[in-house]
Amino acid sequence: MQGIQIDLISSEKLAALTSMEKIHLILDHVRKGSIIILEKGLSPDEQSTLIEMTMREILPDGFNGIEIETYPSRDQSPGFLQKLLGRSAIESRLTVIGPANQLRMIKKEKDIISAWVSTR
Amino acid sequence: MNILVQTKRRLSKFLMAFFKKKKARIGIYGPPNAGKTTLANRIARDWTGEDVGLVSEVPHETRRAVRKSDISITGSNGSNITIDIVDTPGVTTKIDYKDFLEYGMDKETAVIRAREATEGVAEAMHWLREDINGVMYMLDATEDPFMQVNIMMIGIIESRKLPVIIVANKIDLPDASPQRIRSAFPQHPVVPISCLEGKNIEDLYEKMVEHFG
Ligand SMILES: Nc1nc2c(ncn2[C@@H]2O[C@H](COP(=O)(O)OP(=O)(O)OP(=O)(O)O)[C@@H](O)[C@H]2O)c(=O)[nH]1
Ligand SMILES: [Mg+2]
Repeated sequence: MQGIQIDLISSEKLAALTSMEKIHLILDHVRKGSIIILEKGLSPDEQSTLIEMTMREILPDGFNGIEIETYPSRDQSPGFLQKLLGRSAIESRLTVIGPANQLRMIKKEKDIISAWVSTR
Repeated sequence: MNILVQTKRRLSKFLMAFFKKKKARIGIYGPPNAGKTTLANRIARDWTGEDVGLVSEVPHETRRAVRKSDISITGSNGSNITIDIVDTPGVTTKIDYKDFLEYGMDKETAVIRAREATEGVAEAMHWLREDINGVMYMLDATEDPFMQVNIMMIGIIESRKLPVIIVANKIDLPDASPQRIRSAFPQHPVVPISCLEGKNIEDLYEKMVEHFG
């Protein structure tokens, strides 16, 4: 497979977006065929909306959905600040979202992504 | 359970008794083909004598949430719950009509099925946000429970603070591993059953009375 684009969205950028903006950003990227890495994961409500919106975008012989993988972030145990802000563990996770037909690619790159995550 | 939740539960029980109409709606959720409709049919047949929907080996057989009202279930100690069961379309993050062609459908039928399936999943998510008071999350015990969609769905259900029972189905099959499901979701009760053979179904009814009562 050649020419796959991977875009990283920093937690700073994510924090500045509303839930709907985040979901549109994800789907816009993934529909174009790129893989998107969110430095901070989505809240359960955002995940729920993402599934719903993904379904509404599916077309025959076109976009056929997404694949998601999450990776534990560096500071996995919730720290004082995280607890204070009431963020669940899942939100602190690094999340990789790609087009469904590139599942194999995400799986294959899993080690590379994990390695990349662990060196950050 | 904290005091606030306890008080809330008592209050809602009191209000339910007072208005005598708001029953708990229990959604059967889970990935496509887990056996959700088979379970809904078995519950309905055991307690009302009627069926709910069609069962099929082809994924996305259920493409619209179906509600069966006023199912009254009695536990062994005589306590009783009356609930509505909602059989929902299997939730996934991807649907490709081409996957249905393998089952001998023509392209047009497969495309229609895929479109209905996408609407069905969207609808299932909507019910979960608005209209469901408790969940039976059903898994095929021969499959990997760590699939991302399961992790997401359990997270979503937990964030809505809904009571949940995880049902490990198809334990009649040699590859079934309810233990793998237990270790994936240690925070929730897991009931291993075979919907097809009816094995352990009584255990599930006991848990339902205990959990959704
Ligand atoms: N071996 C075995 N097969 C089962 C069991 N329960 C259901 N099945 C089979 O699994 C297949 C799917 O069952 P359904 O009840 O249609 O599954 P579902 O979860 O409603 O599927 P969707 O509506 O497509 O999401 C059918 O072929 C059933 O006969 C079980 O306990 N054991
Ligand atoms: Mg079904």
